[in-house]
Amino acid sequence: MQIRYFAWLRERVGAAAEEVDPGEAATAAELIEVLRARDPRYAAAFEDISAVRVAIDQEMAALETPIRGAREIAFFPPVTGG
Amino acid sequence: MDAAGSGAAFTVSVQTADFDIGAEIAGLTEGRGDIGAVVSFTGLVRDIAPEGEIRGMELEHYPGMTEKALAGIVAEARARWTLSGVRVIHRVGPLAPGDRIVLVLAASRHRAAAFEAAAFLMDFLKTRAPFWKKETGRDGQGAWVDARESDDLAAARWAR
Repeated sequence: MQIRYFAWLRERVGAAAEEVDPGEAATAAELIEVLRARDPRYAAAFEDISAVRVAIDQEMAALETPIRGAREIAFFPPVTGG
Repeated sequence: MDAAGSGAAFTVSVQTADFDIGAEIAGLTEGRGDIGAVVSFTGLVRDIAPEGEIRGMELEHYPGMTEKALAGIVAEARARWTLSGVRVIHRVGPLAPGDRIVLVLAASRHRAAAFEAAAFLMDFLKTRAPFWKKETGRDGQGAWVDARESDDLAAARWAR
C-alpha cells in the first residue's frame, strides 16, 4: 500500500511517499510498529505516537482503525491550518 | 471545488494565489436577492510566534484530502444552519507576515446563521483540514507550528 508522510513526519522519515508491504499489520498502529522495526529513521519519526495522526484513504481515522483493503495511508502531526 | 454538489454557491479552493475579499463577496452574492447577510473571516500571517519574530511561513497540505475535508466541513455546516452560500479559500506555499492565509464567507437569509456558521467553519477547519504551518524565524531556522489545545476546545464547543 501507498504510505504518505507530511510535515515533520515527512522530514524525519526522509520521504513524502513510499510503497510498503504492511505484512501482518491489521491496524494503523500495527503498521507503525512494522515501520519502526525497519529503520532508526522511522523509530525517530514515530517516537511519540500521541503526536501522530492518521488518514486512511484520505479520511481522518483513529490509530486502531483496520487498514485491510486501504490504498493510501497517511501519517502526519496534528493539523495547524487556518 | 464544488462542495457537496450544490452549485456555485458552496465552493472551496486551495491555492497559492492571494484572494480579493470584495470580489469573493460580490461573486457569492451577485444576483441573489434572497441573501440578507454575509459574514467574512480572513486569517492573516502574524509577524510574531511564541519563539519570537518570524520572517515568513510555508503552508503544507495533503492534496486531494484537503479539498475533500473542506467540502465535508461545508456540508456539516449546511446540515446545521440554513445557508445561502459558503466560500472557503485556503492558501498554501510560502507566505509572509501580513499575507492573507484563509477566507471563510458564510451567507444566509438572516445574520445569526451566517455568524455562527462562519465561526463553526473556522473552528472545524483549524482542527480537521490537513494543513501544516512551518514558520521561519529571523535566523532563517524553520520550526513546525504546534497544534493548540485552545483550537480543540473551540471545535469541541460545537459537539452535539
